[in-house]
Amino acid sequence: MSQTVTAPTTTDITIEVVYRGIFQKTLAQRICRSVVLAARRRGSPGTAFARYGDSPERNGVPAKQFAVVAADDTQLEASMARYEPSVTDVTVAVDDTLVKGVESWAWYGRQPIWKTTKPDGFVIVTSDKTPDEIVAQTDTAVRPYTLAVVPGAASFAGLWVYKDDHTDWRVLGALAKVAPDWIRLEDVRALVQEQTKDPNAVASVQYGFDATVLRPVAVGEGTSGHEVLQFEKPGWTTMRPGIVVDARKPGERNPFYKKYGARTMRPVVNFDTCIKCTMCWLDCPDECFEVTPTGHYEVVYEACIGCGICAQVCPVKDCIVMVDELKFDPDLDANKTVWPQWQADRGTYNKWFEAKSGVSAAPKSAKAAASSGAAATGGED
Amino acid sequence: MAVTEIKTAPLKEVETEQLLTGCEAIAEAIRLADVDVMAAYPIRPYDGVMQAAAKLIANGKMDVEYIVADGEHSQFEIVKHASAVGSRVFVGSSGVGWFYAFEAIAVTAGLRLPVVAICGNRALDDPGAFGTEHNDSLAVRDLGWLLPWAETAQESMDLALMAWRIAEDKRVSLPIAIGLDGAFLTHSQQLVKVPVKAAVDEFLPPYDLGDRLLHPDNPITIAPQVDQDWLMEIRRQNDAAMRSALDVITEAHADFKRIFGRGGDSPFLDEYMTDDAEVVFFGQGTLALPMKVAIRRLRKQGHKVGLVRLKWFRPFPTAEIVKSLSRFKAVGVIDRDYSFGSPYYGGVLYNEVRSALYSHPKRPTVVGFIAGLGGREIEQPMANEIFEKTVAAGRGDLTVGDQCHWIGVRA
Repeated sequence: MSQTVTAPTTTDITIEVVYRGIFQKTLAQRICRSVVLAARRRGSPGTAFARYGDSPERNGVPAKQFAVVAADDTQLEASMARYEPSVTDVTVAVDDTLVKGVESWAWYGRQPIWKTTKPDGFVIVTSDKTPDEIVAQTDTAVRPYTLAVVPGAASFAGLWVYKDDHTDWRVLGALAKVAPDWIRLEDVRALVQEQTKDPNAVASVQYGFDATVLRPVAVGEGTSGHEVLQFEKPGWTTMRPGIVVDARKPGERNPFYKKYGARTMRPVVNFDTCIKCTMCWLDCPDECFEVTPTGHYEVVYEACIGCGICAQVCPVKDCIVMVDELKFDPDLDANKTVWPQWQADRGTYNKWFEAKSGVSAAPKSAKAAASSGAAATGGED
Repeated sequence: MAVTEIKTAPLKEVETEQLLTGCEAIAEAIRLADVDVMAAYPIRPYDGVMQAAAKLIANGKMDVEYIVADGEHSQFEIVKHASAVGSRVFVGSSGVGWFYAFEAIAVTAGLRLPVVAICGNRALDDPGAFGTEHNDSLAVRDLGWLLPWAETAQESMDLALMAWRIAEDKRVSLPIAIGLDGAFLTHSQQLVKVPVKAAVDEFLPPYDLGDRLLHPDNPITIAPQVDQDWLMEIRRQNDAAMRSALDVITEAHADFKRIFGRGGDSPFLDEYMTDDAEVVFFGQGTLALPMKVAIRRLRKQGHKVGLVRLKWFRPFPTAEIVKSLSRFKAVGVIDRDYSFGSPYYGGVLYNEVRSALYSHPKRPTVVGFIAGLGGREIEQPMANEIFEKTVAAGRGDLTVGDQCHWIGVRA
């Protein structure tokens, strides 16, 4: 990965869409293809492609697709000669939890969402949060950029049974707003009209254009709470022969690929109501739970992809609650273990649990607990 | 089931001379090298080794895990994995059977596992044919397998014993496939000196994978998926191993000669009557036999002609070949293989030799011959034609040079 940042150019525009692997693949593809097709209406050639190394995609693991539009074929050729762009004019994140960092499943380490965004470029995020809340969760800016928030939650539109929710058209409206030289609003509207024959879709383009909020981000703004994961790649003389890689020893976790970058929801645990039944520990597909000295089970957040299976199998109501990843403070909450805090001061911990989860930490009444237990075990009969 | 206890008195082992086919000589080498695992699947002519090894096991002369696979692909995968967990292995196939194992053959080299194989060279189907042709072995020439060719049953055994030592050397750690010409070598019985086990033990150290051993006490991952950030380094590392093989072969050859007193002057080339030669034939495998007969006959008529037989095709001994062939006016390269649509419509060996000589200021004229395909005998009139065309090319006759000639083909 080249660290070089080249000077901004007006001969072409490069847009990357960062998305949740598989779940948002179709969404990302629609945005990138539409960028090229819209720009074609004003005569510019373009190309759209997915990062080859992300394939086969993994559920929720961050992936990228790109759209490049150029002034002419010669300029486009220069863009197409690259494996993937190292500098982009616009970065689009179609899930706001991606601003906490992008770790693809290749050995690239964890990267800030703005890693490739050029100075004074744009980072477009679809979110129902305010721009300030987003900036607070984004890595400290080392170059100035403008954050553009497109109203809307993370979308699964285009994934099998999920209904189209016009996220793609809203994002295209936002792109027309931040890059009007290349993506003209009238071209996008005409393209969407032609493709969908749906006036509501065209209205969504206009809504994206109008409702997107711009917020300049200065150097130094953001959080330094996110872990930096970078790796030295060995050369052929220093590599172990025979394509041998050290395996993890029993109980050891992978220091190179941590998986939590796939997480959009985080399980939080109420240790006071935990009955130590081991269900979460048994059923976690990523073996995230570790036994504490008190016999409770605690999530190792670095290994947790936030799949929610622990919360589903937990027989105690509201003992494990899935919480939006962006509700956690990047510095204070990071991926730290929480059981020692509960052990040290249950009152403070429980207040934190309630603030995050929105449910009471107090044990349910005996009657409620019994009925909840019956409901949970009833399905096994 | 009745069990008969067989009591055997230890015998003092002495070197014996036995009448063995090339395949049987290989089986003897398997016994002498203390191979742990061999995987088998029948296809002619390789299956001669299968039968000979099975007989040695049945007669209580050899102890080896003998696994009959469900096809060549499994056969090669079995030994690849056995090699990764620390077993000395043997495997082999022929013709399209070799091709059925191709995926396993590729990954074995990529993984740097020292599998020793024979390829009983056989024409590729279709048409169904079982005579010798080198295109089966040669198909793996770009993958990282070392490829020697044997001329005699004795050399088959000697190359096999050297193969484990060279392949398992940590500087190399690459697989080896010995080419044995079908019928001429695999199935003809020749007198072979079978050494004693103690001498082989002196020559061949035990197999030791070191910290690459796949074992629960040594947790490693092998064969991971990589992307464009890794592959070139891995290829370059394997390239370095192939380059080191030249030195390792030279060392093994010298040590073999010291212990067994055989092997010739050069580990890579076998030269016959070349001292004063003006033109030479160049080829590999058993075609050296009819060409040597021809050379003796032509010498009687006063022609200064010789033979250079290539013993190792991979690694290609470029420096040795250039040094040797630049002494002659013309070289007639005889290919028992063919490469459809290749430069000058030649054989594989022809184009490799021409490429090796290209930058040499004194390069000889190189003329190519396609002969003996599918196991067709190279008869003496054909050898005459090869000689005459090579001499003509050496004189600068452009109707002959810079092209390849099919020898003994009906029009």
